[in-house]
Amino acid sequence: MTDTSMAPPGTGIRTFDYGSDEAQARVKRRYQAEARFKLYGLLAVLFAGAFVFVLLADIVRKGMPAFFEHRVVLTLDLDASLIDPTGRREIDALRNGDYNKIVMDAWRANFPEVTQRSERRRLEALVSSGAADDLRAAVIRDPALIGQKIRFPVLLSDDADLHFKGLSTRISTVPGAGALDVKVNGREVELSGSGQPFAAILADVKAGLLKDAERVGAELARLPASQQGGNNAALDARRAELTQKVADLRRRAGDAGSAETIDFSSMPSRIIRAEGASIRLQEIGPGSAKGFLLVAPQREMARLESWAIATFATPESNRKASDADISWLETLNARGAIEKAFSTRFFTSGDSREPELAGIRGALIGSALTLLVTLIVCLPLGVGAAVYLEEFAPKNRFTDVLEVNINNLAAVPSIVFGLLGLAMFLNFFGLPRSAPLVGGLVLALLVLPTIIIASRAALKAVPPSIKEAALGVGASHQQAIFHHVLPLAMPGIMTGTIIGMAHALGETAPLLMIGMVAFIVDIPQAITDPGTVLPVQIYLWSDLPEVAFQAKTAGAILVLLGFLFVMNGAAILLRRRFERRW
Amino acid sequence: MGSKFLGVSVIALAMAVSAGVASARDQIRIVGSSTVYPFTTAVAEQLGKTGGVKTPVVESTGTGGGMKMFCDGVGVNFPDATNASRRMKIGEFEACQKNGVKDIIELMIGYDGLTMAHSKKSPPMKLTRAQIFLALAKNVPGPDGKLIPNPYKSWNQIDPSLPNKPIEILGPPPTSGTRDSMHELMMEPGAEQIPALKALKASDRKAFDAAWKTVREDGAYVEAGENDNVIVQKLEANPTAFGVFGFSFLEENAAKIQGVTIDGVVPEMDSISSLKYGPSREMFVYVKKAHVGVVPGLDKFAQEYVSDRAAGDGGYLEKKGLVPVPKAKRDVAKANVAALKTMTGEGLPK
Repeated sequence: MTDTSMAPPGTGIRTFDYGSDEAQARVKRRYQAEARFKLYGLLAVLFAGAFVFVLLADIVRKGMPAFFEHRVVLTLDLDASLIDPTGRREIDALRNGDYNKIVMDAWRANFPEVTQRSERRRLEALVSSGAADDLRAAVIRDPALIGQKIRFPVLLSDDADLHFKGLSTRISTVPGAGALDVKVNGREVELSGSGQPFAAILADVKAGLLKDAERVGAELARLPASQQGGNNAALDARRAELTQKVADLRRRAGDAGSAETIDFSSMPSRIIRAEGASIRLQEIGPGSAKGFLLVAPQREMARLESWAIATFATPESNRKASDADISWLETLNARGAIEKAFSTRFFTSGDSREPELAGIRGALIGSALTLLVTLIVCLPLGVGAAVYLEEFAPKNRFTDVLEVNINNLAAVPSIVFGLLGLAMFLNFFGLPRSAPLVGGLVLALLVLPTIIIASRAALKAVPPSIKEAALGVGASHQQAIFHHVLPLAMPGIMTGTIIGMAHALGETAPLLMIGMVAFIVDIPQAITDPGTVLPVQIYLWSDLPEVAFQAKTAGAILVLLGFLFVMNGAAILLRRRFERRW
Repeated sequence: MGSKFLGVSVIALAMAVSAGVASARDQIRIVGSSTVYPFTTAVAEQLGKTGGVKTPVVESTGTGGGMKMFCDGVGVNFPDATNASRRMKIGEFEACQKNGVKDIIELMIGYDGLTMAHSKKSPPMKLTRAQIFLALAKNVPGPDGKLIPNPYKSWNQIDPSLPNKPIEILGPPPTSGTRDSMHELMMEPGAEQIPALKALKASDRKAFDAAWKTVREDGAYVEAGENDNVIVQKLEANPTAFGVFGFSFLEENAAKIQGVTIDGVVPEMDSISSLKYGPSREMFVYVKKAHVGVVPGLDKFAQEYVSDRAAGDGGYLEKKGLVPVPKAKRDVAKANVAALKTMTGEGLPK
């Protein structure tokens, strides 16, 4: 070592020259090491923080649409003969009224040109099946509405809602140049004008063809070479087909003057908008075009002075909402009939198979009831067990074994508790399936070890002087513990309980076995009603095929996080009140 | 501690309450397949809205687990109906009979097509099931017809007309019902299309079964979890990958992914309901006759499931992705439900 070598010879005493360069360098190195360590720590925190931030931002971004819904405001004619044919205003009769017809009649009245069956079905599908239920509830709340005409917000279906949330296609609109002559034959429309009004659109279509040709060409280039003597028939056929396709596309793209037919499966749709009408172009030439009237005009049209062309960037076959769907919705939007509102429904209704109707309330109440049962069961049991083991139990082999087992239990996979719950509570005690009562009991078993361990640590952390002082002034052992030690250990016990409850809040695996992973529409009113919990709801929604449920999933995650914050916040407040210092 | 006694008394009270609940159940309980779950829940919700009874509780337990619970006995502690993505097996039927579940009403509710799909960004694909087998199986016949570990890394090694892209297939894990159908609807028929394996089937049935029941583990097949939405997202991100899942997911996500044409047939509503599309299967719901009239609304549930507005053309189940049963067949089912006709156990698969 360098320090010993620096000691004066023969003295045997270690002296230390703090001023020497070497010592200075050592000090510097130690400070540097500390600064580096601090930096690592800071980086670790920032790194973890960045992950949390990205995660939260992603969930918020995906989940926000779930908190809003789109409705169309319609004038509904609450015809008494449809709602209350007897005229006695009895609740039962009102409940059986044909509200769906009222809503659908008003909805279809917007687009009288839609008569064909399949088209009408598409139009009707844009309104949620829950709209009639909304109207029923409003009428039952206020029967005086019957016979009146009211403005009523009608909920749109998930696909329509997704369109307004920007998840169907990008729409770009440009004004058209020059006047158009219009010839309407039923729903078929012929448009023509002088000065090549469609030249720009046609050029755009041709540019798209060129891109297609490149794509097919790339596919052709990827085909493997024919092998000598091998069976290449399929390969050669494919090659010939692709070559032909490329040549054809190139030829069409190169011929600037020729008309083009729109292929709706691979090309963006182009819609002419004028006078409230929407015309989908099917055949485009430079000076004239043929189209189909998706939405009829407000008044007779023969000549259009001003018109606009809207391009739906995503080809029709690549999205759920058809060109007609989008045109209907956009027409209503232009008329100012569409409103966006906060979705209180998300918080007031239970689960549903219709994404626009599904709400979180059932799961929220279920989680609250389940955790209530868990808390009532495991807090007294856990604290009692901890107090006994820490303060009263004799230290012998039996309590040693007990302690080891409690520690082991804390590490048992949670599904095992579910199996135990199934065997014990359902099969042996005959408690009802899917009930928050059973869920709460199973979760209580799950978090009991956590609470016992945390409570014991908290009790151990209370200075022995407190207990000794109490005993010294004549308190019994029990009095010393319950009057002095336990209150001081309470903050620690509460911390343990919070961790345990947060753990319980996020569990799904043990609930699978006792039937809480289920589709439950009715909101549980008691701990014995069937119910589910928030994480289960998240899991179930994430697994459904409808796209709109993805937003619901993220929304439910936000609600779960909110629930956790509220729970932890309340616990921290309580802990503050109990906190003592010594 | 007072609260301790409170806790104990709460449990005691709750048990007393629940004893009352268990003896009279007024809510239908359904278990079973996760494939049928989206349809049964829609019917359950409709029944709750219009049928004047509580909305049935539907659990997603898997076909096998559901069958077991269903066949465990008659009484309020046992489910009233179970969903199945395949027909009841003879062994399950016998177990039912042994446990007193004598009268079972069988509803064939519609079809589900198993599809292979990929991103819309890549050119359409046409495959035969033999090619799918060669892409998926762990062992495939070598040049001499003997089974060798799967050597195919890219599609054009299987057939030169296929694109030169690496084989990458995302599919269900072994715990999933969809995985069973992947083996039974895609790989087994695929193996039978290959002459060498057809010969093997005749000579060594066991080796043949092992061949189509084993999926390769060299990374070309990726187990993507039970959540089919995740597979869709991965396919979107990776245009060269293929995914295996139910038709309803393909339909719902038609904006992002396209189905592979299998054995020359495009996966579509029509081709599936006519069973022209090879990898399609029937779906069932089994109802306990003994519970009809005891659990309110159970008969209405069965009627709703086969009604025109639910399972008919354009019914709400079709919107959920179910491929409806042809009218003639559905009329028979309706008559069976109305008469509460029970199954005899004849013709059930092993």
